[in-house]
Amino acid sequence: MLAKIREFIKDETKCERIDLPENTKMRVQDFDLWYDDTQALKSVDMDVEEYKVTAIIGPSGCGKSTLIRSLNRMNDTIPSVRTEGKVWLDGYNVYDEVTDCVDIRRKVGMVFQKPNPFPFSIEDNVFYGCEVNGMDMDKEKKVKKCLKDAALWEEVNDRLDENALSLSGGQQQRLCIARALATEPEVILMDEPCSALDPIATAKIEDLIDELKNHYTVVIVTHNMQQAARVSDYTAYMYLGELIEFGDTTQIFENPQENSTEKYITGRFG
Amino acid sequence: MISRSSKDKIIRFIFFGIATFSILIISFIFLFLFSRAYPAIEEFGTGLLSNDWSVARREFGLFPALYGSVFVAVGALFVSVPLGLGAAIYLSEIASNRVRMILKPMIELLAGIPSIVYGFIGAILLGRFLYDTYNMRGVNSFFAAMLVLGVMALPIIISLSDDAMKSVPKDMKDASLALGATKWQTIRNVTIPGAISGISSAVIMGMGRAIGETMAVMLIIGSVMRMPVPFFDIFDTGHTLTALIAVQMGESHGIIINVLFTAGVMLFTIVAIMSIISDILQTRTKQKYEGKR
Ligand SMILES: Nc1ncnc2c1ncn2[C@@H]1O[C@H](COP(=O)(O)OP(=O)(O)OP(=O)(O)O)[C@@H](O)[C@H]1O
Ligand SMILES: [Mg+2]
Repeated sequence: MLAKIREFIKDETKCERIDLPENTKMRVQDFDLWYDDTQALKSVDMDVEEYKVTAIIGPSGCGKSTLIRSLNRMNDTIPSVRTEGKVWLDGYNVYDEVTDCVDIRRKVGMVFQKPNPFPFSIEDNVFYGCEVNGMDMDKEKKVKKCLKDAALWEEVNDRLDENALSLSGGQQQRLCIARALATEPEVILMDEPCSALDPIATAKIEDLIDELKNHYTVVIVTHNMQQAARVSDYTAYMYLGELIEFGDTTQIFENPQENSTEKYITGRFG
Repeated sequence: MISRSSKDKIIRFIFFGIATFSILIISFIFLFLFSRAYPAIEEFGTGLLSNDWSVARREFGLFPALYGSVFVAVGALFVSVPLGLGAAIYLSEIASNRVRMILKPMIELLAGIPSIVYGFIGAILLGRFLYDTYNMRGVNSFFAAMLVLGVMALPIIISLSDDAMKSVPKDMKDASLALGATKWQTIRNVTIPGAISGISSAVIMGMGRAIGETMAVMLIIGSVMRMPVPFFDIFDTGHTLTALIAVQMGESHGIIINVLFTAGVMLFTIVAIMSIISDILQTRTKQKYEGKR
């Protein structure tokens, strides 16, 4: 019912749109963001290529989380935030006033820094997105598929009705990935998904990201330089709210054009 | 110099003492209540739970007052829970910080208004209004008491539920929103279930306030020691345990005093049961968040 009304109100023809280059899934264009009076993003331009992994790196507080949260309008939940500029998804303006955040977030899923499963059963966690979006499907099949895709099925298939909070941190994080996959997003945002995990759990997630890029476009924030080098195809380096350098991961790590980038990746920062 | 470990011991001893002291005081109150109630229980037995109250015939059935207390409190919940929860949802999830900063202290201020004022307003304005406009049988009724108590319980229910919903981690709400849930779906599926133990204890506190309230009720309930007919007639008059104690105390002596103490024991028991229920709910939710269930 609600979904119907939403469709009715939302007039896609009214949404501002442009033609993006063939392989470009998302584009951030001249994007500024303020928390009250402090500017956290300064005129950021960045392209996200389809079926590739784009990493965002930079020192703490440079605006990585702010940028990635801008891609699915999660910053809308913070009252003090004000934005200027555009973010395009498949050529549609994410920040157009006729755009519905709910639709954006369904297409652009998110995994947070700290694993944050709901205090429900494992299967209810996975199915939550389908439920709230009124997606009519076989729950059992769906849960199985998503858990398999998130490389968690083997570990939990005999206790799907158990509380998700009884899982280990790494399992919880993979559950959060499974949960994000359930709404069939096209882009998956990950904000330091491994920072609360041990090396083995981290390796599992990294393998998973490698798998995911066959079907999804991935954007990942990390402050682990090796991780960025290992998993990503493109890397964006940010400093103090500005996107300093963006390019092929190999190029950024082997031949950075900017002084600041080189300092950061060689660990001679500050 | 006192060593660190003996300092630790001293502090622990002090707190242990304070805790023991409070428990002792409460036990003494209960012992005292019970010992003063005992003569009446010994003399009248289950007669105390009957419907018949007549000082002249030495019949002291407390049931109408017991029923009245629970009836009024439950009725008050029908007023205060929907309104209180709605207001709390607005305050914690919808209102801007500025609005919240103005409204919350105002609501908490309402909790500080002496109950006699509520009772007075209820009796003079509400009772009269109901009498004049709807031709109700009298100025006093359960209905008027339920309304007044419902409004009285509002501040505490709003304030505690708001705190409970605010304390649901933003992580959880964000997770729900990021999956494409609307704000309302998030409130319904994540915020309210996450805050349910806090909300239930808010409701129980509100109910406790309604059951314990005396002055306001005395002015509008009618203070008639009989059951409403039929028993669910909210426009009839009646009595509550608290009002009974307050009304009778001054002019009573001998065994009647002991009967009133029995009413006190009943009140104590009701409130104790409610707080046990609240405790159970709290533990359940806590277990859920620790992944034990
Ligand atoms: N909710 C907020 N309100 C006000 N300022 C904020 C808020 N969130 C972030 N900021 C500010 O915006 C800037 C960028 O923060 P952000 O969280 O995006 O950094 P980050 O690059 O993700 O850092 P980290 O690596 O530590 O996670 C910081 O200066 C921070 O203080
Ligand atoms: Mg961050």
